[in-house]
Amino acid sequence: MPSNRYSLFSLLRETLRGHTGWQPAWRDATPQAAYDVVIVGGGGHGLATAYYLARRYGIKRVAVVEKGWIGNGNIGRNTTIIRSNYLLPGNVPFYECAMKLWEGLEQDINYNAMVSQRGVLNLFHNDAQRNAYIRRGNAMRLNGVDAELLDAQAVRRKLPFLNFDNARFPIQGGLLQRRGGTVRHDAVAWGYARAADRLGVDIIQNCEVTGIRTQNGRAVGVETTRGYIGAGRVALACAGNSSRVAAMAGLRLPIESHVLQAFVSEGLKPFIDCVATFGAGHFYISQSDKGGLVFGGDIDGYNSYAQRGNMPVIEDVCEGGMALMPRIGRVRLLRHWGGLMDMTMDGSPIIDRTPVDSLYLNAGWCYGGFKATPASGLCFAHLIARDEPHPTATAYRLDRFARGAVIDEKGMGAQPNLH
Amino acid sequence: MRLNCPCCGPRGLEEFTYRGDATVRRPESPTAPAQDWVDYVYLRDNPAGPHRELWYHGAGCRSWLVVTRDTRTHAISDVVRAVDVARADKEGAGS
Ligand SMILES: Cc1cc2nc3c(=O)[nH]c(=O)nc-3n(C[C@H](O)[C@H](O)[C@H](O)COP(=O)(O)OP(=O)(O)OC[C@H]3O[C@@H](n4cnc5c(N)ncnc54)[C@H](O)[C@@H]3O)c2cc1C
Ligand SMILES: [Zn+2]
Repeated sequence: MPSNRYSLFSLLRETLRGHTGWQPAWRDATPQAAYDVVIVGGGGHGLATAYYLARRYGIKRVAVVEKGWIGNGNIGRNTTIIRSNYLLPGNVPFYECAMKLWEGLEQDINYNAMVSQRGVLNLFHNDAQRNAYIRRGNAMRLNGVDAELLDAQAVRRKLPFLNFDNARFPIQGGLLQRRGGTVRHDAVAWGYARAADRLGVDIIQNCEVTGIRTQNGRAVGVETTRGYIGAGRVALACAGNSSRVAAMAGLRLPIESHVLQAFVSEGLKPFIDCVATFGAGHFYISQSDKGGLVFGGDIDGYNSYAQRGNMPVIEDVCEGGMALMPRIGRVRLLRHWGGLMDMTMDGSPIIDRTPVDSLYLNAGWCYGGFKATPASGLCFAHLIARDEPHPTATAYRLDRFARGAVIDEKGMGAQPNLH
Repeated sequence: MRLNCPCCGPRGLEEFTYRGDATVRRPESPTAPAQDWVDYVYLRDNPAGPHRELWYHGAGCRSWLVVTRDTRTHAISDVVRAVDVARADKEGAGS
């Protein structure tokens, strides 16, 4: 049975009833014989796609097939940062589309995702970096995205405890996007799952896709651990497992799976009111509403499906943290974990058709796909429903590598030394 | 993770640099079809399981190594010098 609408009234009513009347947020669906669209992967992107397919494109016979449980993948493992401070033409409008959707998300899906526009501050430490950030900020403003350049004085007022006079990496200032911030990652998965379920989408958990059935070059369904499911269209949104699942249809992708780690400290009183990134190493930090410092850095840098990393990166991240804010030196680490990144060779995502008819691919989000979740879902839904790319996601083609049209936003990717 | 370098013995990961899949081969001729270059530069099998991959022992003997490692567990089953692999390849191709 679909769950009730959440409101102040329902909260009061349940408070008086001792919280005995809440319904499960989504049904535990069992697979039907066939659907119009089967989405493989119940992460943020798969669930958002299902929601927009049902909500905006009127396709209701949709299933999301997830091998584990909703939220076990990267959607529940990321460091929750959202921003649209991109530089390249293919990227800026897309990530700004995501930011606008974040701004209206909670009303749209009737779920508190704790969207917090607390600001994202990228620090710079030398003149060249300052110039690069000025250019980025200008590109953002040309595209109607907010960006502000702060000098060292202004950064000092915001975060007085940073190590401004680090001998090698003095802080000269930062590029601030005030509309950036954080969103409660699990709530995004749960909120989209609930909203999609209310529109009739089947969310099928503990159901691993083991094969993609094709007929005359056309995808017609998926083999799963819970039996065969027929599909008018098959849509892949498997994040770190994209290569494995695409290989079931004979595709070879420009992707390597890598592990990225994240860290949370013991709870502290609030002292960092934005997201801050260190420009001279890879370290970024924010503080959760529970008080834990949430931080991270580089990928470990080797192919991995293990969802856990190694010590050198832990040391590297902590060294970055100490260089930026020495006061966290005595804070204890509470927990850390890893997630699977599908690193494309240019560091940018893929939302596209594939050489197999009726098979669509959403992949390659590297370590920046959380912020994209709403726009990724919307654009993928558009592609599946209309069989043509959404206007804000026309650059994310699968054949761009062969065409030499790579989107090299930061010179990252799995092996940036290859190009 | 520690790599057992044939020259230096078991050493910590921080001494090494990763260079990806060791099975891809650069096309022999610069005029090879574009698709061969796309395959070489961009496309990867990216297996979940044993993976043959290149590591460089930069803070040690400076050898290039071909490591066989299970990407699901990080367990390492084999480490050989890349130069030996290249020699064996050449002999195989010559015979
Ligand atoms: C430590 C860490 C920190 C990060 N920090 C940020 C950040 O601050 N900001 C940001 O924007 N991004 C961040 N990211 C990246 C972001 O989390 C991912 O890019 C994004 O979540 C990927 O999309 P998704 O949510 O759909 O992935 P997932 O949640 O991983 O969804 C994919 C799903 O597919 C399922 N699946 C795989 N194979 C099969 C199969 N055969 N059958 C059925 N189901 C299958 C998986 O079980 C999984 O649930 C971070 C990632 C990590 C790991
Ligand atoms: Zn050595």
